[in-house]
Amino acid sequence: MPSMNMVQALNSAMDVMLTRDPNVLIFGEDVGFYGGVFRVTEGLQKKHGMQRVFDTPIAEGGMLAVAVGMGAYGLRPVVEVQFADYIYPATDQLISEAARLRYRSAGEFWAPITVRAPCGGGIFGGQTHSQSPEAIFTHVCGLKTVIPSNPYDAKGLLISAIEDDDPVVFFEPKRLYNGPFDGHPDRPARSWAQHRQSEVPEGYYAIPLGQAAIVRPGAAVTILAYGTMVHVALAGAEEAGVDAEVIDLRTLLPLDIDTITASVAKTGRCVIAHEATRTSGFGAELAALVQERCFYHLEAPIVRVTGWDTPYPHVFEWEYFPGPKRVADGIRQAMAE
Amino acid sequence: MDTVPPSSEPLRLHIPPHRSMPGQHPDFSYFRLPPAGGFQRPDIDAPASETHPLSNALIRVLDDDLAVGEWDPKLDPETLRQGLRWMMLTRAYDDRMYRAQRQGKTTFYMKCTGEEAIGVAQAMALLPDDMLFATYRQQGLLIARGYPLVDMMCQCYANARDPLKGRQLPVLYSSRKYSFFSLSGNLGTQFPQAVGWAMASAYKGDRRIAAGWIGEGATAEPDFHHALTFAAVYRAPVVLNVVNNQWAISSHQEVAGGEEATFAARAVGFGLATLRVDGNDFLAVYAATRWAADRARANHGATLIELFTYRAGSHSTSDDPSRYRPEDEPATWPLGDPIARLRDHLIRLGEWSEERHAALEKELTEKVRADNREAEKFGTLDQGPQFSAATMFEDVYKEMPWHLQRQREELGV
Repeated sequence: MPSMNMVQALNSAMDVMLTRDPNVLIFGEDVGFYGGVFRVTEGLQKKHGMQRVFDTPIAEGGMLAVAVGMGAYGLRPVVEVQFADYIYPATDQLISEAARLRYRSAGEFWAPITVRAPCGGGIFGGQTHSQSPEAIFTHVCGLKTVIPSNPYDAKGLLISAIEDDDPVVFFEPKRLYNGPFDGHPDRPARSWAQHRQSEVPEGYYAIPLGQAAIVRPGAAVTILAYGTMVHVALAGAEEAGVDAEVIDLRTLLPLDIDTITASVAKTGRCVIAHEATRTSGFGAELAALVQERCFYHLEAPIVRVTGWDTPYPHVFEWEYFPGPKRVADGIRQAMAE
Repeated sequence: MDTVPPSSEPLRLHIPPHRSMPGQHPDFSYFRLPPAGGFQRPDIDAPASETHPLSNALIRVLDDDLAVGEWDPKLDPETLRQGLRWMMLTRAYDDRMYRAQRQGKTTFYMKCTGEEAIGVAQAMALLPDDMLFATYRQQGLLIARGYPLVDMMCQCYANARDPLKGRQLPVLYSSRKYSFFSLSGNLGTQFPQAVGWAMASAYKGDRRIAAGWIGEGATAEPDFHHALTFAAVYRAPVVLNVVNNQWAISSHQEVAGGEEATFAARAVGFGLATLRVDGNDFLAVYAATRWAADRARANHGATLIELFTYRAGSHSTSDDPSRYRPEDEPATWPLGDPIARLRDHLIRLGEWSEERHAALEKELTEKVRADNREAEKFGTLDQGPQFSAATMFEDVYKEMPWHLQRQREELGV
């Protein structure tokens, strides 16, 4: 089985879907001839043609609007928003249109759109190339929100997203494109080659949306994470020396509540880790769900380890980023009582 | 060296004037009426630039009740009578539903009085399976496509036979079967979606085109510019219509940017074809739409049409125009009423009469009354019955996720 990094795995997912379904189109800024600023669409235009993989004007709202129209026609557009930070001009079309179309037309029209957007920090992108806006979209009924943490999942989840008949916002943690990142910027960068989940089948496979993965079984505390923070959580648990169960949510909405509930019922403790800002972040929803369902199992307050409620500061990237030390501190706090 | 240019006055901010106040005489001084039949009709494959002078024109065909000039679509009398019938049915339907709102049978209604030529003539100039991305004021499109009035009424009454199951505000219709895209309450969003649908049709090698509508007020939204940009870049087979009825609730078209340039002129900078048309002239609206549709269908790209008209009624049942404009402004509007103008044309041709007109009016009023009786059998918004509340959790997603199933149980339905 070939070893792929996340860029190659995502590219492979789109290649597979372009080949399987003539109604799949890929478009966005610089995705055609150039292959995208992160190279995720590299070679797809050459292989599948200009009609199916093409560049768009710099207008995220326009890209999403034409995607809604194409979806209503019967196509399956896959739109790349160059950075998650640039998705805001498209939110009216995503929230008021794509997400509401099936409902408001009583099932007559729908928008089977996938919006891909690189998210998260760790590449010194400053406040306009580092954000994690997932909670804005999990708050919107009618959208699904997916964030993979490794190449194998990235391909299988992207294929499911493209095949899905509802609009899916698919965030790609850009710091993971070329290798797993455990939150230690001072250590040499690792490649995906040694990672178990860089083994990616070349052909078609799908990972259903709405299924979490237990990436490290444990008994002492449950850590809920997604995207880059899955790797940081594993490092944090090791540094804390605690037998943590780390759950990679993979899909935020629909959420795999059963896996979460079963784990916290077992461990009695819960740490939630995300890179996004804390207030009204997805961690707040997770904490509410866990206390609703596991209150009598909880032996300590739920701990959130998150980005601070500030813009992503350029020069203080590693003070902002919730690295392994902060995760380890959070685990110790959850274990203290 | 003095780098500051001499200026006699400090800077001042320009706010567009509110020309027509309640209690004053209507001020149409901004409006110049060009002669009917006075503009050339380019070939449908002409370069877009040949149409650009028309962005400051006003294409008119009807003159003293006769059809004149190159834009005369030369429709046969039977087609004209059909157009008259659809326009009159649209008005009769509007009047009935407006009253129904006043009677409390629905919460909200929007008439298109004075703008009937736009929906009706344009539906007739397009093919029945061209996809329409309308606004809430083109009910004439649905009516001229033969969509049942009873279904429209049931939507407004949100009753047990509402095609949209009580989920949408009245008048926000949707019909896949009639190629009428789901109306959004957000202004302008559907305009670039029409371009996307047209791009999809072109990608698939289809023959159907799309048409989109937007009000002049909403042209200020980014969606308008997205539509023009994408339509130009990808030469999408789409007809893009700006309905300039001059009033965005209480704001005159000058607040939307109509003071120094026409809305049709927006297309010039995008390299799109553009036409500016008397929106109350049934023949001119038909001819311009047909020209743009033929052009799109022949792979020559999109056209922006400005339909210059006048909103004779209120914006909706929620506002009172006498609070922001002279009460006699609708009656003194120089381009008149589209139904009266087509009626007079047919009479002048010897193809119609006052008697036949009155008889048709009576017939249509009776039809609307009968349809309304039928619709009310399935309920009204105030009296019910409605769909079961359990259905409100459906169609958020294709398959209902667990959290919505839980919430439905929580509601106890």
